[in-house]
Amino acid sequence: MKRSKMMEFGVGLFVLAGILGMVFLGLRVSGLSFGMPQDTFTLQANFSNIGGLKSGSRVAMAGVTVGRVSDITLDTKWLDAQVTMEVDESLEGKIPRDSTAAILTSGLLGEQYVGLSVGGAPEMLEDGDTIRDTQQALVLEELIQQFVSNMSGN
Amino acid sequence: MIRSIMSLGRGTLEALSALGRAAVFLAQSVLAVPSREGWHLWLRQMHFIGVMSLAIVLVSGLFIGMVLGLQGFTILVGFGAEDALGQMVALSLLRELGPVVTALLFAGRAGSALTAEIGLMKATEQLTSMEMIGVDPLRRIVAPRLWAGFVSMPLLTVGFSVVGIWGGYLVGVQWLGVFDGSYWSNMQSNVAFVDDILNGMLKSVVFGLVVTWIAVFQGYDLIPTSEGISRATTRTVVYSSLAVLGLDFVLTALMFGELG
Repeated sequence: MKRSKMMEFGVGLFVLAGILGMVFLGLRVSGLSFGMPQDTFTLQANFSNIGGLKSGSRVAMAGVTVGRVSDITLDTKWLDAQVTMEVDESLEGKIPRDSTAAILTSGLLGEQYVGLSVGGAPEMLEDGDTIRDTQQALVLEELIQQFVSNMSGN
Repeated sequence: MIRSIMSLGRGTLEALSALGRAAVFLAQSVLAVPSREGWHLWLRQMHFIGVMSLAIVLVSGLFIGMVLGLQGFTILVGFGAEDALGQMVALSLLRELGPVVTALLFAGRAGSALTAEIGLMKATEQLTSMEMIGVDPLRRIVAPRLWAGFVSMPLLTVGFSVVGIWGGYLVGVQWLGVFDGSYWSNMQSNVAFVDDILNGMLKSVVFGLVVTWIAVFQGYDLIPTSEGISRATTRTVVYSSLAVLGLDFVLTALMFGELG
């Protein structure tokens, strides 16, 4: 009987350790956070080139992460990329209408993200609005090409 | 000529009937109605299959994580990208090495023991005597072992991955000097919970089922002699390893390839 109790305890500990490990993987390794979906609002922006931006990339304001890119589609009317972003609800009605969205790169080879720079207009962006003023991704090849053709021009 | 065609036909029929027997065997054992004492039988098997395998799995996980940290660092530092070490260690463990290496260790540690145990029961006619006194050996012997393997494999895989990531941290951050914050934050921004962690767990569930199934069936279906037991034990390890590696390719193609 004593032995069987020890065994039950061991198995219970084993299962508990497995569950704790799963929680560790979820929170610490994949950075899962709860309650994200409901408290956001949607913004859109059209870019002529998104470079390596992916769905799930972060949206930052003054370097602070305020949301994620939820969807990227090709706008068939203008033939540019339409990026849909989910931004923290606490910012709804607080971002000026003439703010700019730019696709930036963290570090030289890091991942790409959308950076919002605040404008000065009195009207604010609401849920579903589109940011007009955008700046496309910096594509390294184009930059090098430009540099080379300038050099050969001189 | 005719004889060789006959032997080909006989081989095919034998392989097919073994496959059929194995499928019927699996269905009968898994669907066997659990009795009150079934819980205790399952618990004992969980202890033997799961808890006792923990030591070898965790130690291997630690060493594999440390090797990944070391190898990854020497490669990544050439590109000046050693900050991506955490991501590399975590993804290779969660997607591939965790489920596969755990399953291989599991086949060697628990699978062979299961085959030998059930095989000896068959050779000493314990299984037949059970049937005589009206106890279903599938329900009493096989089902608890199958369920225990099925449940403990994902738990062992989680342990392997966690310890491996810690081992990579130990070597990369503590020893080689990767920045602590970038090890974890790079990992967090590049590992997705559903795509990477849950898919890896799904792999380990499939491997758990396949390895225990092969082990238990080989024990149940062997020729009841000492030579038969040794052959069956070897077959368990060989078949499970091959099945795990082959299935891993198929599952990876479905989960992470462009096919899915």
